[in-house]
Amino acid sequence: MKLSKATRYLQVAPLAILLFAFVVVPLSLVVVVSFYTYLHLIGIVPDFTLVNYIDVLSNLVNWKLYLSTLKFTFFTLAITLALGFWIAYFLVFHVRNILVAIGLFLVCTVPFWTSNIIRMISWKPLLGKYGLINQGLMSAGVVDEPVEWLLFSDFAVIVSYVHLYTLFMIVPIFNSMARIDKSLIEAAVNGGATRWGVVWHVILPLCKSGIALGSVFVVTLVMGDFFVVTVMSGGLSGSVTFGIFNDLKFLNYPRASANAVVLVIIVLIFAAGIMRLVDVRKELTR
Amino acid sequence: MTGGGHGPRPYTFYLLAGLFCLFVLFLYGPMISIYILSFQGPTGGLVFPLKGVSLDWFGALFGQARTGDIGGAFSRSLPLALVTMAATVVISVAAGLAFRKPFVGSSVVFYMALIGLIVPGLVLSIGILVTFNFLGLRASWWGSAFGAHLSWTLPFGLLIMFAVLSRLNPEYEEAARDLGASNWQVLSQVVIPIVFPGIIAVALFGFTLSYDEFPRSWLTVGSRNTLPIEIWTMTTNVTSPALYALGTVTTVISFAVIAAALGSIAYIQRRRRQIGNMR
Repeated sequence: MKLSKATRYLQVAPLAILLFAFVVVPLSLVVVVSFYTYLHLIGIVPDFTLVNYIDVLSNLVNWKLYLSTLKFTFFTLAITLALGFWIAYFLVFHVRNILVAIGLFLVCTVPFWTSNIIRMISWKPLLGKYGLINQGLMSAGVVDEPVEWLLFSDFAVIVSYVHLYTLFMIVPIFNSMARIDKSLIEAAVNGGATRWGVVWHVILPLCKSGIALGSVFVVTLVMGDFFVVTVMSGGLSGSVTFGIFNDLKFLNYPRASANAVVLVIIVLIFAAGIMRLVDVRKELTR
Repeated sequence: MTGGGHGPRPYTFYLLAGLFCLFVLFLYGPMISIYILSFQGPTGGLVFPLKGVSLDWFGALFGQARTGDIGGAFSRSLPLALVTMAATVVISVAAGLAFRKPFVGSSVVFYMALIGLIVPGLVLSIGILVTFNFLGLRASWWGSAFGAHLSWTLPFGLLIMFAVLSRLNPEYEEAARDLGASNWQVLSQVVIPIVFPGIIAVALFGFTLSYDEFPRSWLTVGSRNTLPIEIWTMTTNVTSPALYALGTVTTVISFAVIAAALGSIAYIQRRRRQIGNMR
């Protein structure tokens, strides 16, 4: 569309202003507050101190929380990536009728439109000590006693993450796979490529941007989560946000902010690393 | 291998079809089980088997002995989600159009949007609360929480518009312009109708991301809770199937919104076809 420069800026202005007001300013203030002092019973006093960071970084519990968050991130990323890739591949390249493919794609997205908290809780009647899975296992005679580690465990946390976040992987990968020109694949097959050769050398490189975007979503969602880990581990495991949550309960905003800044830095390093592999912006707007 | 082809299906089709079915079962199984359990009889518990069928737990949700302010939470979450949806559509469609040509500062806006997507919701929640405190404003569901939701829905809307507009063939617009259409006519009669399904997608995202948002709302809603926070409170202190009943009710509302959105797409597509046939 031929538009004057002024119109273009007018079109983008509301977005720019809102993002500035509700992303840039709040984040900057989190950084500012992280240098403030927290005085018990008095509150927050403007200051420039590194005490909060020293507190956060010297606390062994915090390191454990970070380690546990990284562990959950790693497992969830690996599982959702594998699932997302093969499901998108199935829908795009194996379902021959495009309407059926879109229909099946919608089937995958429907649960996303319902409450995350409810979806997470819905695992409880299945995984619980007297839940459906244990009832089934016991009546089938596989086990005599209910399996205890199904709920309130790292296993339950990862199951919930995969359940909640696989869609964030499927959608971008599906989107970039659907754009692959089918004649490229025919050319590869005619050129003598095997089925796996086509997947590795043609499809995988062409949906890099989708994989990168999906990975960024999953990594940031898992690293920023605190309710799944709290509910599904039954308090046995923690996440970084758990520490932030605790400080907030005592209104210790400075230390919560310092912890938040550390978390944001780690998440941004991850995201930047993934983005380095592909120029997501160029891929998206091409 | 080649989509749309004929002949026998490769073995990978059956393998992946199996994986897909298992995945769908994995997605829907747990949810369906709590919908069933929400009709648990009055003496039933949180797990199977069903001890009779009743609507008692739905009554418990809204009745005298209700556990929280569910009705009030609904009456805040629903308008908040609708307003967020409308704002997200208008702002991200406009911005998406601007991004079709390079302009000075476009990467600044793009990276701001990216940071909005990447930064954990809880961190932004702290930041927005602190910002409001600095400005001497009080946090409220229609103020700070609205902004917090936009910080998440707008980047999503922008990404969807990128995907949609990159598929739009500029030749249609050129053709319209050659025939004498003004800028406004090109936008309202060519571009918007073509990208309409994408706009519906933005609307659906805007609605759901706001209606279900928890971490960003947590500190920013002020004294009155939105629905996800009410549900969160219930998960910690309610140990009856009323919790499942709440899940069923919120799901029904979500589905009603999706059905309305998809229905409107179908209606518009059909009208378009009819108009096309008439010409």
